[in-house]
Amino acid sequence: MYRALAAAAVIVVLAALPLYLESFWLQTALFAMAAMIAAIGLSLLVGIAGQLSLGHAFFVAIGAYGYAYLATRIPPPLALLAAVALAGLAGALFSPISGRVRGIYLGLASLGLVFLGQHILQNATGITGGYEGVAVEPFDLFGFTFDGSGDLSVFGVPYGQLEKLWYLGVVLVAVAIWYGRNLVRSRPGRALATLRDSEVAAEVMGVDVVRYKAAAFTVSSMYAGLGGVLMALAFGRIVPESFGFLLSVDLLVMIVIGGAGSVGGAAAGALFVTALPLVLNHYSGSLPLLAEPGTGGIGAAEFSRFIYGAAIVAVLLFARGGLAGLAARARKERVA
Amino acid sequence: MNQFVTLLIGGLFLGAIYSLVALGFVTIFRATGVINFAQGSMLLLGAYVIGRTHESLGFPLAVALGIVVAAAAAALVDIVLIRRVRSADLGTLAILTLGVDILLLTELTRRIGTDVISIGAPWGNGVVEVAGIRVATSRVIAGGVALALVTALAAAFKFTDWGVAMRSAAEDGETASLMGIRLNRTAAAAWALAGALAAVGGLFLTSFPAAGVTGTAGLVALAAIPAVVLGGFDSPAGAVVGGLLIGIVSVLTAGYQEELSFLGRGLGAVAPFAVMLLVLLVRPSGLFGTREITRV
Repeated sequence: MYRALAAAAVIVVLAALPLYLESFWLQTALFAMAAMIAAIGLSLLVGIAGQLSLGHAFFVAIGAYGYAYLATRIPPPLALLAAVALAGLAGALFSPISGRVRGIYLGLASLGLVFLGQHILQNATGITGGYEGVAVEPFDLFGFTFDGSGDLSVFGVPYGQLEKLWYLGVVLVAVAIWYGRNLVRSRPGRALATLRDSEVAAEVMGVDVVRYKAAAFTVSSMYAGLGGVLMALAFGRIVPESFGFLLSVDLLVMIVIGGAGSVGGAAAGALFVTALPLVLNHYSGSLPLLAEPGTGGIGAAEFSRFIYGAAIVAVLLFARGGLAGLAARARKERVA
Repeated sequence: MNQFVTLLIGGLFLGAIYSLVALGFVTIFRATGVINFAQGSMLLLGAYVIGRTHESLGFPLAVALGIVVAAAAAALVDIVLIRRVRSADLGTLAILTLGVDILLLTELTRRIGTDVISIGAPWGNGVVEVAGIRVATSRVIAGGVALALVTALAAAFKFTDWGVAMRSAAEDGETASLMGIRLNRTAAAAWALAGALAAVGGLFLTSFPAAGVTGTAGLVALAAIPAVVLGGFDSPAGAVVGGLLIGIVSVLTAGYQEELSFLGRGLGAVAPFAVMLLVLLVRPSGLFGTREITRV
């Protein structure tokens, strides 16, 4: 009963937020939602399957560029699905390596994908537009277009592109969380957890280790692809730089801060990592500590990098389970 | 043909520098089981100290100072951070070093800004020419230094007490500890050594033909990662061979850019990673790495 009420309250709040939030906050939230979806995928890979990937920026890029390319040719909902499938296909193609190489070694090997991806994005100008990037078609569902067109307004608040995309983002994140939670508790999820703890034990119990590892990587890259689609929609125009090594690191840091293996933790970590630089930059004028860019002091960008680096170190030294671990501990203490 | 030989030799010399950085990775991994992503910022730290101090201290002292600072910084990372979480899994430790890298790199790039700091090397932008093959003097010196360092390290690992301690700690930490080897001390020493190697690598990677120390120099250490993966993580010899291979591959692909133009521009930077992926397809534990054998 309480759960149903809480869920209803959350839905009402989420539905009402665009009425109050300024466009800066909506934009920030959209980037965070895109990151959340990708981070949940990576969290499943790292926390449940025990594999590490530094290559997820590559799959995010496939989702983003895949959508941008396909949406001009087929209806956007199909393009979304196709882009996710494409990212999954790329993940599956990597399976000869992802199925055989373990943990951190896989992380380093997948680093190669990011650099290959950057190379392709810069050079396949016919599809990606090279360093200039490519414009992204707005999403469109049964004739309802998620852009600034039309004079839709709700309770006197004009609904533009960001407000409309907010709802799409909320739905996609909800689906990602729901699917992720179910996957963790399902038969394949348990098989992967066994595999993470001991490959030998998993093998003995009849888990096809190579296949499961490859499958975990594939599902995870599909998540990244979906995150990429939403990111493309939020940006409106995508350039290769957004999908470099730094994005891979960001995604990894999100799940470390959130707590690897926890779906909700990944979402919280994604919110923190994405929003931190944007919010600090937004308020840099009114924060006395921060210097103007170029004056030699510590600017907003650097300050957020410092917090970001310090957060990683602090979490790993003092709260290895991340935010999810802290939450679990608090819950236990309340019960006791 | 002449071009090919020139490129091959240039690649070997560049590879020698990568070998040093890769050797640092492997040393830390063998001693403490950490994949150290902070190697890039250590490299930049060493180069930055040399670049900032060579005018007041003179080049040789500045180099010594740069090496000492980088070594001390690396040892500090081990003593202050890694030692507290020694038992954590590989992924956690690697991400911890990533955090350190972000902190150090942010501060260094903030200090460097958009400057290009000259490294002040006495060999300047000279070029050595032998039998029609031209190579930058700095690269020749780098090759010589790398060769000397690798030989000296191999000898030290084999013959000195310190080397025996390092090797036994890497082989079986618990037994080594029971035999009276201080694991914390060997670990810190390994980190210091890796920091010093990174600083030497940084010195040569930022001298001619490179323009000087810039904020992006730390990224070069990422190019040493394919070298390490190629060679196999726990093999010092593998790191050296991997480094040389990566050097040759990246110089050759950059040199034959025109002929390979169908593969796109800027091929030199990605070719090492492509080679790494190809090698992993055939040998998942690298060329010289120990294969994991599972017994039940």
